[in-house]
This record gives sequence, C-alpha cells and structure tokens, in this order.
Amino acid sequence: MRTDVEINGKLFSFEVEPRTTLADCLRYKAKLTGTHVSCAHGFCGACTVLVDGQPVRSCLMLAVQADQCSVLTIEGISNDDDLTPLQKSFRKCHAAQCGFCSPGILMSAHALLTSEPDADEDRVREVLSGHLCRCTGYIPIVQAILEARPAYKKQQSELP
Amino acid sequence: MKLPKFDYACPATIEEAVALLARADGTARPISGGQSLMPMLAFRLVQPSLLVDLRHVPGLAAITIGNDGVHLGAKVRWCDIETSAALQAAQPILTAAVRHIAHHQIRTRGTIGGSIAHADPAAEMPCVAVLCDAEIEIVGSAGKRKIPATSFFKGPLMTALQPDELITGIRFPAWPAQRRWAFEEFARRRGDFALAGIAMFFDMRDDKASNVHIAAFGIGDTPLRLANAEAALNNRPLTEAVIKACCRAGHQEVDPPDDIHGSSAYRRGLVDYLLGQSLRRLAGHSAKAGANAH
Repeated sequence: MRTDVEINGKLFSFEVEPRTTLADCLRYKAKLTGTHVSCAHGFCGACTVLVDGQPVRSCLMLAVQADQCSVLTIEGISNDDDLTPLQKSFRKCHAAQCGFCSPGILMSAHALLTSEPDADEDRVREVLSGHLCRCTGYIPIVQAILEARPAYKKQQSELP
Repeated sequence: MKLPKFDYACPATIEEAVALLARADGTARPISGGQSLMPMLAFRLVQPSLLVDLRHVPGLAAITIGNDGVHLGAKVRWCDIETSAALQAAQPILTAAVRHIAHHQIRTRGTIGGSIAHADPAAEMPCVAVLCDAEIEIVGSAGKRKIPATSFFKGPLMTALQPDELITGIRFPAWPAQRRWAFEEFARRRGDFALAGIAMFFDMRDDKASNVHIAAFGIGDTPLRLANAEAALNNRPLTEAVIKACCRAGHQEVDPPDDIHGSSAYRRGLVDYLLGQSLRRLAGHSAKAGANAH
C-alpha cells in the first residue's frame, strides 16, 4: 500500500503492508534507526515520535495511518553540526546512560517545551511517566528538561 | 510481536465504513486512534481480516456543550477533553477521569469512542458513562440506535455492539454546577490500569445527599453501579456514620476477581478506602473540592 509521509521535512513515498507500524516504517523503510523499538505494544515509550507536532507511540500507529502526515524523529531535531540545547542539557546532566530510551524522551520533551516552555517539574514528570528508563532513575532527565527551558523560552520570544 | 496480516480500508463516509464492516461478516474491526486495538494486534489477541480506519470519516470529532448536557463525538481524543476549559466547566468529572488515562503520548491519539467500544473493565471512561447514565449513539446496517451505557457493557471487552455497528457519539446528561463529585482510582504507577477505582456524584438538598450515583471499575467484568452504597448515602447527611455505612455497603457488594495484580480482598478494600477518601473530602468542602480529586 502506498503511503506518502513527510519525515523531518523531506517527502517520502513508501510501499508498505497495512500491518507495518510507523516505527518499523521509519526504521526499515526510511532507514532512520534513531527511533528505538523496545516493547512494541505501547508500554515503554522508546519509539515516541512527533506526528503533526504531537508526541505519539510510533509502534501504536500504522504506517498507512501516517499517510499525508508530517513526522519528526530524533534525526530531525538537530542538524549534523551541533546538538540542540535540549540535547546539550541531557549531556550536561548525564540524562542518558545506556541511551536506549533517550530518543523517545527527547521527542516528548521537545514537544512539551515547544508548547509549554514554562512547564514545571510536576508537568515534566507527568509527561515523562509515559517513558520507561531503566538506568537513570529519572532525576537527571527531569533536571535536563527543566534546564533546557530558557532556550525554548528564548526561541519562542524570537518568533516573528 | 509483529502484527498479524490484515487488509486496510480508509473510507470517506460513515455509510461506506458500515458497508465495509457488514461485508466482512464480523471479521473486520474499525480503528481510529488504535491505542487499545494496536496492542491487541501486537499480542495477536485479535486477528481481523480488515481494519476500517475512520480517520477520513467527517463529523465525529466535535465536543458540543448545551443546556441538555454534553455530546462527544466518537473520535474526540483524550487530549481534546483534557484541554477543553469549557468542558471542564460543564462536566468536570470527564476532565478528572481523563487525567488518569494512560499517558500523554497515548492521550494524543486515543479516543472516547474507541475506549467505550473496547470495554476494558479497568478503563475509566466506561465507568464515567455508566455513572452518568450516558447514552451511546450507534450506527449500523440497520440504521441508528441509542443504548444506555448501563446496558451497553456485557463483559470484559464485550459490548452490545453488532459487528457491523460503529459508535458515533456519547451523550452525557446535564450536570448541575453545584453537584458534588469525585473520581478516584488506585494504580501502582501513574498511567497503569487501576486495580480499582470509583466515581460518584450527588446533589445536596436540605443538607442531605440526594440523587446519589456511585460506580466502580476494575472490580468485575464491567463497570458497575453500587446500588447498596448509593442507598446507604441517599437522603442522608454526610456524617461519619453515614460515610462508614456507605463504605461498608460498597465493600460488601463488589465481588472482584483475584489476579496477579491484586487479590479480591485487596480490591474490595480499595473500594472501601476510595469511597471513604472521596466522601470525607466532599463532606468537608464545597462542590469545588471535587476538582482536586485524583
């Protein structure tokens, strides 16, 4: 089945089986393996990407349901030269250990701070509750997201 | 696990969607957000021949608030309910219940119609629908019909829906502004299915609770109204003795199953505890106290 998706600003046209999840389509068809798949049934949050700006579990969405949608993956949030302020904050706070959950968490955090750059710790923890991390104990992740807020506020104030 | 093989159709009208379901003779499933159906497919608990995607079917995603209550289209997503200030004012228990449903990343796709049709016994919204005497609006090959939520849920993941029928919307009756209410559940982690939960409302008349509605979920095959607990509270003042009697009645009338997540006795205890917590808070405060329910 033909599916046309915009991924990270580029138009793709895939031929997929209806049963192909968006996660598998991203990894195996678009060869964008930054999106990680762990549980494959919506429990862990590792595969979170943004579809039309909103965080979704890409294992709980069919690729054919993303037809005509705009998808943002971890590969799309930074350019090759530099890390984003959010990623820098993760590095500074040691918010990634094994790194398997990090792409999903970064996508959720990016969506959260883009729409709510004033999010407080409770709100950050609420959004993070949709992600499993088995290494960090979450404290450095919460810290990293909170510390990235000024960069998003600045971005927002610079919008035309 | 990878999903089983199925065909996929994306009809542009509700008539076409119903015709596709009817033609598949019970082997097709409708899909919208897919937040319950996709895990079922991943576990291969269902293996449909065809998925009928409702994403291009128009007119099912509106939140309508009127004097006669609230109407939610089947495709209204949890995040739509969560972020509607008008809905929070008109029917605050909906907003409170949605905050317990799964996680932010699932509430962006999961829909109210999907949750009602899925009929998980531990799900929040079927319980709120039963509590509020909501009406489920359905369309199928034989035309439209409405079923009261109280007779819609038949068992775990079983409903009154026929294979060629779709939910189009849910109607909640009017909700007086002064109504006292609570929605409480217990889950070991945020977003997990509740081990038990309760929802209730009543209207104060002459310092007595009247029109008492109490329902529980996660404690049986379907969400249930707790008639004995309601009777213990109805037309009585919110004294400690009445609250205790209400909790005791609720404790005795539920018959939860044992499973690996909790024993029957534990879940019974939770119903007792959650009723007590809610009633003591509602006894001490104004109607607004309900807004702090967790």
